[in-house]
Amino acid sequence: MDFDVAKVKEDFPILNQTVNGHPLVYLDNAATSQKPQSVIDALVGYYSSDNSNVHRGVHTLSQRATDHYEEARSKIRRFINADDDREIIYVRGTTEGINLVAQTYGRENIQEGDEIIISTMEHHSNIVPWQMLCQERGAILKVAPIDDSGELLLDEYEALITSRTKLVSMVHVSNALGSIIPAKRVVEIAHAHGVPVLLDGAQAVAHAKVDVQDLDCDFYVFSGHKLYGPTGIGILYGKADLLEAMPPYQGGGEMIRSVTFEKTLYNVLPHKFEAGTPNIAGSIGLGAAVDYVDALGMERIGAYESGLLEYGTELLSRISSLKIIGTAQEKSGILSFVMDGIHPHDIGTILDAEGIAIRTGHHCAQPLMDRFGIPATARASLAFYNTKEDLDALAKAIDRVIEVFS
Amino acid sequence: MAGLNDLYQEILLEHNSKPHNFRSMEDATQSAEGFNPLCGDMITVFLQVADGVINDVSFQGSGCAISRASASMMTQSVKGKSTSEAEETFEAFRLMMTDLDAELDYDTLGDLESLSGVVEFPTRIKCAVLAWHTLRAAMDGQDDAVTTE
Repeated sequence: MDFDVAKVKEDFPILNQTVNGHPLVYLDNAATSQKPQSVIDALVGYYSSDNSNVHRGVHTLSQRATDHYEEARSKIRRFINADDDREIIYVRGTTEGINLVAQTYGRENIQEGDEIIISTMEHHSNIVPWQMLCQERGAILKVAPIDDSGELLLDEYEALITSRTKLVSMVHVSNALGSIIPAKRVVEIAHAHGVPVLLDGAQAVAHAKVDVQDLDCDFYVFSGHKLYGPTGIGILYGKADLLEAMPPYQGGGEMIRSVTFEKTLYNVLPHKFEAGTPNIAGSIGLGAAVDYVDALGMERIGAYESGLLEYGTELLSRISSLKIIGTAQEKSGILSFVMDGIHPHDIGTILDAEGIAIRTGHHCAQPLMDRFGIPATARASLAFYNTKEDLDALAKAIDRVIEVFS
Repeated sequence: MAGLNDLYQEILLEHNSKPHNFRSMEDATQSAEGFNPLCGDMITVFLQVADGVINDVSFQGSGCAISRASASMMTQSVKGKSTSEAEETFEAFRLMMTDLDAELDYDTLGDLESLSGVVEFPTRIKCAVLAWHTLRAAMDGQDDAVTTE
């Protein structure tokens, strides 16, 4: 079935505007995605009709808020095909999800001399929490290398695993290169050595079907705002037995069963990890976002975006002074590039003057930039509401960049 | 929005492609490093100061056209000046970068005036002032790297 992008685009009110005198071309989806009207309506609807605290009150509004909040959890559970709602922990985003695992599972299980394995392609949010933990524990952070195209080197990765390896934490889709790692294989290899795996799905969930049971990963984290949902809400999925065994993350209300000054009994999953009044509106908004992409179909979204990526890659490849960084076989809709003698920031400013929004810089992946010997890239990142015309506009604006600097 | 041509003036592009005093300095009396953590730009400014006079100044690092051209122009501007004159030039430059309506001191600014278009691009102002903050740190003998944040 054809993907009616013109119709889809109408669902995103923000896209209908001009920027610097040009129709907005939004190609910064890996930073954050735009929100469909249904998500905006869910937020407005919640605050207009149901706003109340959850799991607290006996009154009607509190019950409605709680119902919607928990329904959203179930939707998200189905979306990633987790087994049980108890395995879906609301967090602020990918960063908090990783920090939660580092501070609970990590502090409980990582001792002096133990090892954690990440990859060269990690976002700083999947480096720094582990560095902090390693520093505290005297543990060792090991880095699985990639090749020049941005593909994970599986043999080298496996060779890093020893009897002291306690966790593998790896990006599912690279935010700076678009590389999709063979996640299932990464998990299999780790499990063969008895090592659990966390996958950072921030750039994955919005662009392809993610099935945590099929992947068999132990933890999976992602942010709502890159999945067409609100900011400030994200998900940590964890296998129930692991989550059960982990100590709580933050102390406070909601995460307790009973409190005396002498002793506190913790609440059951998922609430054990959800101290304080949560981001209720955000959760409901994320539920609406999941409904939206489900209705479009993740397979159709993936197929359409692959077509766009192919088209964009072809267009940019024709520009002789431009080099695409990240050419893995399995790739998501990210076009990272550098240009001869022109710094990415200057590219970004000139594109902005043409109404085109891209990201420039190190993409919070400085070690990866070092791997390629570059300070930064310009990155156009795609979503299903982008069109071939958007990519034509990008290519034309890049010609303008060359003209300004000639 | 001001035109791109106001931003990327020919003189800026020249300084970008052929920056002046773009070298390390072995006999520097002082130096400092500057970073823009948001974009990863980095610069080192080297100084040779005697009796309060900047006898030589150079820079190295990587950055966008604006930061590179700004650093290049800065070295030309402050070379031979006293450190207090260099401070005054920084103040004049900073005024130009932050206040659209400011009355500019063209005598002090000289070529630096060609960077006035940057004020219209708020996200790029930090690129233009990074070299100057780093110069000040070098003059002050500051050990910690300066950042734009």
